[in-house]
Amino acid sequence: MRKSFDKHWYAWAMVLPTVVVLGVLVFYPLVQGVWQSFTDLNESNQREEICTKVLGGAETCEPNPDAARFVGLDNYVDILTGTQGSFWLQLTNTLVWTLACVALHYGVGLGLAVILNRNFRFRGFYRVALILPWAVPSFVAAFAWRFIFDERFGIVNGVLRAVGIDPVAWFEQRWTSLFTAIVANVWLGVPFMMVALLGGLQSINGDLYEAAEIDGASPWQRFVNITLPGLRPVSSTVVLLGTIWTFNMFPIIYFVTRGQPAGSTEILVTGAYRAAFEGIRDYSLAATYGVLILSILVVYASAYKRMLAKQGEVF
Amino acid sequence: MTTMPPAAVAADPVETVAGTRTPLPRRRRDRSVGASIALHGTLVVATFIALFPILWVVLSSLKPASEIRRTEIQLFSSPTLDNYRRLLTETDFPTWFANSVVVAAFTMVIGIAMSATAGYALSRFNFPGRRGLMWVFLLTQMFPVAILIVPIYTIMANLGLIDTKLSLIIAYCTVAVPFCAWMLRGYFDTIPRELDEAAALDGLGPFSTFWRIILPLARPGLAVTAFYTFLTAWGEVAYAIAFMQGSDHYTLGAGLQQFVPQFSPRWELLTAGAVLITVPAAIVFFFAQRHLVAGLTAGGTKG
Repeated sequence: MRKSFDKHWYAWAMVLPTVVVLGVLVFYPLVQGVWQSFTDLNESNQREEICTKVLGGAETCEPNPDAARFVGLDNYVDILTGTQGSFWLQLTNTLVWTLACVALHYGVGLGLAVILNRNFRFRGFYRVALILPWAVPSFVAAFAWRFIFDERFGIVNGVLRAVGIDPVAWFEQRWTSLFTAIVANVWLGVPFMMVALLGGLQSINGDLYEAAEIDGASPWQRFVNITLPGLRPVSSTVVLLGTIWTFNMFPIIYFVTRGQPAGSTEILVTGAYRAAFEGIRDYSLAATYGVLILSILVVYASAYKRMLAKQGEVF
Repeated sequence: MTTMPPAAVAADPVETVAGTRTPLPRRRRDRSVGASIALHGTLVVATFIALFPILWVVLSSLKPASEIRRTEIQLFSSPTLDNYRRLLTETDFPTWFANSVVVAAFTMVIGIAMSATAGYALSRFNFPGRRGLMWVFLLTQMFPVAILIVPIYTIMANLGLIDTKLSLIIAYCTVAVPFCAWMLRGYFDTIPRELDEAAALDGLGPFSTFWRIILPLARPGLAVTAFYTFLTAWGEVAYAIAFMQGSDHYTLGAGLQQFVPQFSPRWELLTAGAVLITVPAAIVFFFAQRHLVAGLTAGGTKG
């Protein structure tokens, strides 16, 4: 032990600040969050002590009789049976949202990356122009798309009116409302996929394509048999990251649909946030949501890893 | 039609003349006119979709409020800078902007200091707990805001930090540091270890090796970390809305939504604000984007 300390103390000293901060502000809150999900903590019962001022300015404190207490699995039962909140609706929204966004991010990103990987005029210009949405902070993009889809003054309805179609009240129906959010998020997220996949494409050995061409492989065959396998390492990373990011993507739903109409486009993350910070603040409900979200993601990530391992990929 | 005999491909001078850094699988010459049109057509459409929302917001920010509230489309009418003037003189926007600058700057400095030391230790020293720590860093990427925000809120409240900039700076560091440490580890890995060994032979301790030899060499990597932490702090909203309470304490993320309440949104102020927020972010982003992707994929695939 003593020897180990002498040998490694500077390494430990260097990681210490990070470890302390992460410990205090990630792992302690995580444990506390899990604990809170088993209590009935909310805005009104969060104090452990009630302090009253007595004459002369002193304070006396006594335990709060109504303080939050342990309620076991009640929160989970309430949420999963739909007594509180609308977990299943939000889970459906989250799955549709994540699947649609990640599929479109990856599909469009891959298409554009393949095109940009060729040699043609103005390539540099297109590349910069296509990356631009990435430079916009996500909450700003959310407001911009809210503005574009605005029912009365938005450009989308303006165009519809101009060509003689009835304007659409985008935010008054669940699926059109979710659609606007997906459009906004796809717009925001494609550049990242495109650039990452472009990097992957450029690391594929060009000789492979020439050899395939000599053997008479069609462009489609070359794409399926050289490009896609060559992109595997990059694809597996960005799809995993992209799924997690989209699942937890807060600002787009929060500002574009705002849950309209009537909370029916809320995803799990925004639902949890509203439970915690809007109306009567129900901290335990939000914490329970958090635990459920984290469990879903952990299950997904390990299933994903196992799937990759089965295909002979070491992640 | 689009293919050439292999011999001609091999002798194709375009490749050598162009002297591109990475060999491109297809060459310009062997493309038919139709394919060219399809290619440029696709790209023009994609570029239009990418640029249009930005352009539309910029154009709208230059219109008077009455022109924005019109149902027919007008690309450009009676341009004015009046929205910007009102935004900067009649609202709290300048305060929010200043708050965001302070928060982002401190997040950047603290974030770099923490992730550089941690990244270096992870890259160079094989200490007990190294693998575990790397897993923890990856794992924190998975944590939803929803599970941490309430406990962090209660911690901040107990420390009396709610409604202060410090609370946001600390919270943003926890978001940015694991990722940055991971990224910087990848960057330090590309600096030859022989340099460390030579420095040790010359009598430098591990800290001065880090400070005097490695850090100056790692400047590009540090720059990317700086950009990333800045952008994280600049664009975050969930913590900002939850922690900050008075309008004069808001950062941009929390403040901007004040312009668009449920009824009678003030799009003219919002669009002008959106432009002013995006400009610094875009400038920082363009310095960073090339390295950001390299760092991301390197950190992700080598793990």
